[in-house]
Amino acid sequence: MPAHDVLIIGAGLAGQRAALAAAEAGATVAVMSKVHPVRSHSNAAAGGINAALNPEDSWESHAFDTVKGSDYLGDQDAIEIMCREAPGEVLWLEHRGVTFHRSPEGKLGTRAFGGASAARTYYVADITGQALLHVLYEQLMKVHAQVERYEEWFVTALVQDDEGDCCGAVARNIRDGSMELFSAKAVIQASGGAGQCFKPTTNALICTGDGIAQSFRIGAPLMDMEMIQYHPTTLAGNGILITEGARGEGAHLYNAAGERFMERYAPNKMELASRDVVSRSEQTEINEGRGFPDGTVALDITKVPRKRTLEALREIVNIGRDFAGVDITREPIHIKPGCHYIMGGVKTDVWGATDIPGLYAAGEVACVSVHGGNRLGANSLLDTLIFGRRSGEHAAQRAAGMGMPQAPEAELADERRAIARIIGRESGGRRISEIKDELGEMMNEKCAVFRTQEGLTEAQSTIVRLKEEASVAAIDDRGTVFNQDVLGAIELGYMLDVGECIVMGALERKESRGAQFRLDFPERNDDDWLKHITLSVNGGDVPTISYSPVTMTQWEPQERTY
Amino acid sequence: MAEYTLRLRRYSPETGEAPYWEDFQVDLDGHRSVLDGILQARDRTDGSIGIRCSCRAAICGSCGVRINGRPNLACHMHLDKATENAVDGIITVEPMGNMPVLKDLIVDMDAVHWKKIQRVTPWLLPDGPDPEREHIVAPESMIDVTQSMACIQCGACVSDCLSMEVDPLFIGPAALAKAYRFVGDPRDGQHYERLKDLAEDPHGIYDCTHCFNCIEACPKGVAPMSQIMRLRRIAGSDHEIDDRNNGHRHEQAFVKNIERNGLLHEADLLPDSYGGKFHPRAIPVLTGSLPAILKALQRGKVTPRKALLHSHKAGDDVKRIYKHVHDKEERYELNLYVAGEEDEPGDDAPQAGHADAAGSHLPEERSPNQ
Repeated sequence: MPAHDVLIIGAGLAGQRAALAAAEAGATVAVMSKVHPVRSHSNAAAGGINAALNPEDSWESHAFDTVKGSDYLGDQDAIEIMCREAPGEVLWLEHRGVTFHRSPEGKLGTRAFGGASAARTYYVADITGQALLHVLYEQLMKVHAQVERYEEWFVTALVQDDEGDCCGAVARNIRDGSMELFSAKAVIQASGGAGQCFKPTTNALICTGDGIAQSFRIGAPLMDMEMIQYHPTTLAGNGILITEGARGEGAHLYNAAGERFMERYAPNKMELASRDVVSRSEQTEINEGRGFPDGTVALDITKVPRKRTLEALREIVNIGRDFAGVDITREPIHIKPGCHYIMGGVKTDVWGATDIPGLYAAGEVACVSVHGGNRLGANSLLDTLIFGRRSGEHAAQRAAGMGMPQAPEAELADERRAIARIIGRESGGRRISEIKDELGEMMNEKCAVFRTQEGLTEAQSTIVRLKEEASVAAIDDRGTVFNQDVLGAIELGYMLDVGECIVMGALERKESRGAQFRLDFPERNDDDWLKHITLSVNGGDVPTISYSPVTMTQWEPQERTY
Repeated sequence: MAEYTLRLRRYSPETGEAPYWEDFQVDLDGHRSVLDGILQARDRTDGSIGIRCSCRAAICGSCGVRINGRPNLACHMHLDKATENAVDGIITVEPMGNMPVLKDLIVDMDAVHWKKIQRVTPWLLPDGPDPEREHIVAPESMIDVTQSMACIQCGACVSDCLSMEVDPLFIGPAALAKAYRFVGDPRDGQHYERLKDLAEDPHGIYDCTHCFNCIEACPKGVAPMSQIMRLRRIAGSDHEIDDRNNGHRHEQAFVKNIERNGLLHEADLLPDSYGGKFHPRAIPVLTGSLPAILKALQRGKVTPRKALLHSHKAGDDVKRIYKHVHDKEERYELNLYVAGEEDEPGDDAPQAGHADAAGSHLPEERSPNQ
């Protein structure tokens, strides 16, 4: 049985950063991912990474912007840590070889981003996430002696010892279908978000909420699950992302009448207000008939000098050309709000530790919470790196003080049987893709920018039905080598668990804050709802709801205008 | 919506059957991708179709395949465009080349691609300890290496590398582009060592035959062959690395040969590559190639007169080109991220067109969902 001090599930930025930190702290490390690490969704973060590195800027300013962006639901102790450690992290990345954009003097240069009171976003053209991910992978190849990589392994369950501590995981080698039980002194979940619960979404096909569901199933509480970010600029139909960098560089938004409508909603920050504010403004324009017939508004990037666009927004020039047939340097492109990010996730402390001893979470899978009700652009890369590193360090520390636990063999047998049952299913059930599409389209209708009690209640009962259908969904592939069909069936189960929690959270929060806007409760209500909603399993059919206070340090809630 | 026929190369290692073709009908808008088509076939008809995919937006590099015989990302090729190049209107999709197939459209990238990436010491080797703040470097240098940083490791260039087909040990286009990412990075302290290593390796930078396949294959405009040529120029001209493969001397001989003759004088090229007809290094090479020369004479491919006396001399136009290049203070580098003049009419070509000319296409009509 393979055994490692620290087992990391997911190899995007959070997972790779955790691996490097844990290895540096002296632990033996394994990093496991269902895709090759450079295929991870961190790739898609185009715009940049925030840090108050400029001497005229301050971490307090960055922290306040983040608190305000979160609509005061973010935990201020965690936000302070993230913003204080951001400059050091950006320098660490620069020293490892990230090819950050430079000022004419050769120093690190910045671009403006939404919801920020200073230009503090560091970037590599519009492939920042990709550049970071590939540079971290370079470092991972460098430390191959300390970090074992399990590439294309799919985790089916986390395992616990008799005391309930997390002590490993069961995983399937996708290449040959073999199952293995991994023992570990600490497990770090870094497997990303759950955007595939929605259709369309900017998220990659792999973002199926695996880590959120796996942690939830062994009892780790989830937090802020109702907070789903709709990104203001996604392509209609396929949901492909147009980076906020475009607006950071000076692009404007127009409705079908040619009005720069953000003047009405955020007269100061205009297009660079927080994402929830911009998305809501767009959706209001569209709902009130001022959008284009295809249910969109226009993003005009021709405002940005062409030379600058070709250098700094190269990727979306390609995306416009290849996925929308538009030359963005010459004409506006039609966009709409689209599901992009889940602020909620597995509840952790500032070291990434969950309520289950031995289990950590970092990155989009986790909820520290630094994003609260709404994440600022270019804070997600920062979140993955800061809390990836911190959980790697803390997990290594835990591992140093204990012996190797023996993960119970029975778990392996259970998981083998579960997979055999899926592969051996009789034909006749609904197709997995059909169930997934129904879930995604339903969530995008009932649990989107605007929500109501009625819609959410319908969503809840739909998910109950879909869960039943998913348990007997049809399987075509009975093989062992790259059986992606059976993985799809397991992922569908994860998505339905996560979807259920999102809807429950949204139903429970009877106010409007950040990304949650309830048409039946349109105001923010600090008296009753300035608190986190947490969800955990209770052994029954329905997750239990409880509350957790928001940590305040120096910023009292204020009215939020941009 | 339109009907498209996808002909997929299927292979399952578990059945013991040989690979075979299977047709699937899909029903999608023409601007949707070949990947969307394959996923529809998988979703509606056969869940066992194997293909790696994730982002659907040409960022993650998972879905490298051959479409109608040419490498690309399945998500980066529209169905209508693919149909234009298809025989009998049937879009064929098969796994990439130069790598073993694991199942259907999935190849073993570890066995080939990633092994080669590891060959080039793919991490920064800075001189000395980290500075207190950032490294101060020229802004252009970062933009310059961003072109090779734009590589998404999809393997499309590896798939159709002709040199690798002949010499499987060739380090290859993707890994050498990765090497340039460090050689071009002023923060790296091992430029000479890296270049020496890649020049001396018989499967290194001089193993590339300039076929341009990798430039045409790359969906991200990385232009791997251009990066290889830059490695050669820096190795030979800047670091004066005289490699044992005789690669640098051969290049110099070639350049001089054209400068003198305008048209290639082949009889001179070989000895000149080794220092001239009477250079001790050239004698064994010339002797070794005697059988080939005799065979060519025998079959009438060359005449002794033509082989020895090259009547063609470089004309003024050739001299002008040489002067123009020599007089330039900086080497002319084509780079995607270094943009041209602002708002020149029809100025797509210099920066955007160079590298991804093969893959780029601006559909005339707006897609229906706009």
